[in-house]
Amino acid sequence: MRHQSVGYHIKKSLIYLFLIALAVTCMIPFMMMMVNATRDGNEILTGFSLIPSVHLKENWDTVFSYFNLFLGMRNSVLVAIPATLLSAYFSTLTAYGLAFYQFKGNKVIFIVILVFMMIPGQLSLIGFYQLCSKLKLVNSYIPLIVPAIAAPGTVFFLRQYILSTLPKSLVEAARMDGANELFSFHRIVIPIVSPAVATMGIMGFIGNWNNYMLPMILINKNEKMTLPVMMATLRASQDITRNQGATYLSVAISVIPILLVFAVFSKYIISSVSAGAVKE
Amino acid sequence: MAEAKTVKRKRSKLTAYNNWGYFFVAPFVIVFLIFSVYPVLRTLYLSFTDLKLVGKGNWIWFANYKRVLTDKFFWRALGNTFTIWGVNIVLQLGLAFLLMVIFSDVKYKMKGLRFFRIVYYLPNLIAATSIAFLFSTFFMYPYGDFNNMLVAITNLFGKIFQRRDWIGSSSTAWVVIAVIQSWMWFGNSFLMLMAGVQGISKDYFEAAAIDGAGRWTIFTKITLPLIRPILMYVAITSLIGGIQMFDLPYLMVSASTASYGRVQTAMMYLYKFGFTVGTTQVGYASSIAYTMFMIILVFSIAEFMFFNRKKED
Repeated sequence: MRHQSVGYHIKKSLIYLFLIALAVTCMIPFMMMMVNATRDGNEILTGFSLIPSVHLKENWDTVFSYFNLFLGMRNSVLVAIPATLLSAYFSTLTAYGLAFYQFKGNKVIFIVILVFMMIPGQLSLIGFYQLCSKLKLVNSYIPLIVPAIAAPGTVFFLRQYILSTLPKSLVEAARMDGANELFSFHRIVIPIVSPAVATMGIMGFIGNWNNYMLPMILINKNEKMTLPVMMATLRASQDITRNQGATYLSVAISVIPILLVFAVFSKYIISSVSAGAVKE
Repeated sequence: MAEAKTVKRKRSKLTAYNNWGYFFVAPFVIVFLIFSVYPVLRTLYLSFTDLKLVGKGNWIWFANYKRVLTDKFFWRALGNTFTIWGVNIVLQLGLAFLLMVIFSDVKYKMKGLRFFRIVYYLPNLIAATSIAFLFSTFFMYPYGDFNNMLVAITNLFGKIFQRRDWIGSSSTAWVVIAVIQSWMWFGNSFLMLMAGVQGISKDYFEAAAIDGAGRWTIFTKITLPLIRPILMYVAITSLIGGIQMFDLPYLMVSASTASYGRVQTAMMYLYKFGFTVGTTQVGYASSIAYTMFMIILVFSIAEFMFFNRKKED
């Protein structure tokens, strides 16, 4: 290796400094949020600080006297987990069906999937709400869960993945041994594509967990609200918004589950975003 | 004869196998028809009716669309959407692009990509509702943390900072929202661009290095052309997402605030007619949805052509 000049090292250090500054910008709002969750309104008004204070309990009481965030969390779990599981299972099933079987209409379905991937959500929003109110599904979780069975983007991604990783001979060998097609799907296909399914599943979970607009439109009973919808009612509460510490605490409580998911699954999340780019 | 028979039997067995395909895609197709295809077509139908809230509504042909085209509040909302998105995409893509250049540079060989990309992606994971409240509190007037910080910093230089209502005033609110939006999304764009760079075969870079190509040549002749499809993908998805912007401005700026007219997005305008008690006009809201779709389509095609024309040079 060639010896590098002093200028090279200075420039390199400056670039690192920039990268670190940017990283701090990404993290500081969360650190501030955690710290301010322990400070009371007056302390926050008097100035910015990164040293925790002792008012966590008071803020906690203010927040929970207004709403039960844990109920919102439970509701979010009741929506996000079934939706994620259904989407993972049925998307894999559909993707495998499209990738491995030649049947009439296969191509048509695939083209329709491509078209719907490009159609923005607001086109279906009004019709969707009308359908739900006609079927008496307002304030029910069914419209938030069942449509996850048909996720065009996930199916498209998994179809491409199956075509590139699953050898046809494997399934054919199982046929020779007299295996049922559904059995082959469960025992051969699912294990092989599971990394891709997990990746899509985690992103799907985060998307469902954070989803705001659809649950806001469909759910208006307090005890059924998901976490983001419940958070949005904060705007109406003078008691909490007047006390900034309580606002920060409720944001912190709502953010922690996702931070945990991220800490555990960051590798999958990063690879799924990257995969999203390469699939084009 | 016997051979023909086995071929036939084989083929019928193969069709039998292939018929399993119907079984595998059936749940998807059924749910898709009910919850995706039907609502989209239903919205299209409603956009030609004068349905207000309940009942059937009358078929009024293109009257709603004529109204959208001449509705100056809709165009103002669309203008707001585009200016917020414009500032956002310049910052977001610019930063992502800069980071990609830094991490793909052959001379400096920066380390820590695995760490930085995770940190940069972090803001993208948090629900927009939480982000909205975090930053509403942060930018609060007069004693929010942002104002406090600016006061503390200007004090250091012996000056006095005039506290500002960042979200309440029209001149700053839309910029604040655009910056938050970029903060949320630059990590995502960066990851995508970086995936593109890492997908380029190392052979190209090595061959270029052997031929004595400089950093600039390698960047413009190899990296840039090969990540162009991803750049296009990022730009188009960001546009589609950007035109539907709703959560942040809706939650951060209430209708009674002075800056509302400057940050009301097209989607918020649609929401007003589609779902707000008292102003519901379902037919009109549907035509707004389809008008927005047409606009997205035109811009996506324009973007697509822009990126593809460059390729031929």
